[in-house]
Amino acid sequence: MTRKQRRLTLIGCALAVLAIAAGLVLNALRDSIVFFSTPSMVAEKHIGPGKRFRLGGLVETGSVKRGDNLAVTFTVADGGATLPVAFKGILPDLFREGQGVVAEGALDASGVFRADTVLAKHDETYMPKEVADALKKQGHWKDDYGKPGAQPSASAAPTQGAMR
Amino acid sequence: MTLTDLANPTRFLALTTRILPWLAGATAILLAIGLYQSAMAPDDYQQGATVKIMFIHVPNAWLSMFVWGVMSIAALGTLVWRHPLADVAAKSAAPIGAAFTFLALVTGSLWGRPMWGTYWEWDARLTSVLILFLMYLGLMALWRAVEDPSRAARAAAVLTLVGAINIPIIKFSVDWWNTLHQPASVFRAGGPTLDKAFLWPLLVMAIAFSLLFITLHLAAMRNEILRRRVRSLQMMQASRTAVIGEAKEMGAA
Repeated sequence: MTRKQRRLTLIGCALAVLAIAAGLVLNALRDSIVFFSTPSMVAEKHIGPGKRFRLGGLVETGSVKRGDNLAVTFTVADGGATLPVAFKGILPDLFREGQGVVAEGALDASGVFRADTVLAKHDETYMPKEVADALKKQGHWKDDYGKPGAQPSASAAPTQGAMR
Repeated sequence: MTLTDLANPTRFLALTTRILPWLAGATAILLAIGLYQSAMAPDDYQQGATVKIMFIHVPNAWLSMFVWGVMSIAALGTLVWRHPLADVAAKSAAPIGAAFTFLALVTGSLWGRPMWGTYWEWDARLTSVLILFLMYLGLMALWRAVEDPSRAARAAAVLTLVGAINIPIIKFSVDWWNTLHQPASVFRAGGPTLDKAFLWPLLVMAIAFSLLFITLHLAAMRNEILRRRVRSLQMMQASRTAVIGEAKEMGAA
């Protein structure tokens, strides 16, 4: 083995060890790296009232009810479980039924999630308006947006990380 | 001409003198086409006109990772083959990579405010890209902290290879953990989820930005080679005056 080959092997081994170490650390910190918990994860972990966390999922179709003074209630679903959410404030533009959201707040005693921040989650689909309209007209519209009972596309559901 | 010929700094200078104008011209033309196509792209069905930020944001984000990849290969050249041109390549790429990363962070933040409802959130993708930006800055500082260029190159090469671990973390952060940032739209299993109306301008912009990087990088490498020549000439001059000074002192004594 020449000196160069020896150096290359050494660097390769060092990088492999480093990669494994990084992988183990990230795996151990998995619970704190996830940006939000889905309703199923919340049910699984038995998060008590008053403890702050972020709740993520799809806004269930037909669940949005607006009250006085910007108060709004809706249900967040992830395909497995659902959780009612109460919020007071201005919602982001992308917020609508069937859309992914991330809400920050805590559960109250009655099991309702009291959010003080609501963020909209964007999916990875990009389409011109005309194409979207044409698809809707032809009935090929694959996901969500106000169609009751329609299956949300796998990509629109922000739950894939949690399923692993 | 072989690769070893190219690694000769004098040959490198001669070659880049010839190809840099062509590269710069191609970059300008592609950037003009890409910007025109981006401006003419239709509105997105959800995002409206805000989708146009993507044509700047995504190439910057890709390049921020690609430049670290280039520096990692150069770092291997430094550590394994001890080649000075590899040192030069790594050193001159860092500020360009930092600029791309900064622009990716800023444009992403400006897109996030209207779309997500926030400029910044500590999710896995955003945080790992911020770490990348800080590592670029740390690398630039390290290059300037050690005076001897070849020693600085070795220290920087080690840091570059350690930082390379972050690149797959950035890329797959959106798949491994649930994040606010959306998953990949272009390089994903099952093909792009981007409509052709957006995909073409994005690809043209990505090629234009890559050419922009190559142009800037070659120009920066030329400057660095010349700067090192000036430095070694100054050192020679200084040692010569020192020798003459000593001789004079000896004669006077």
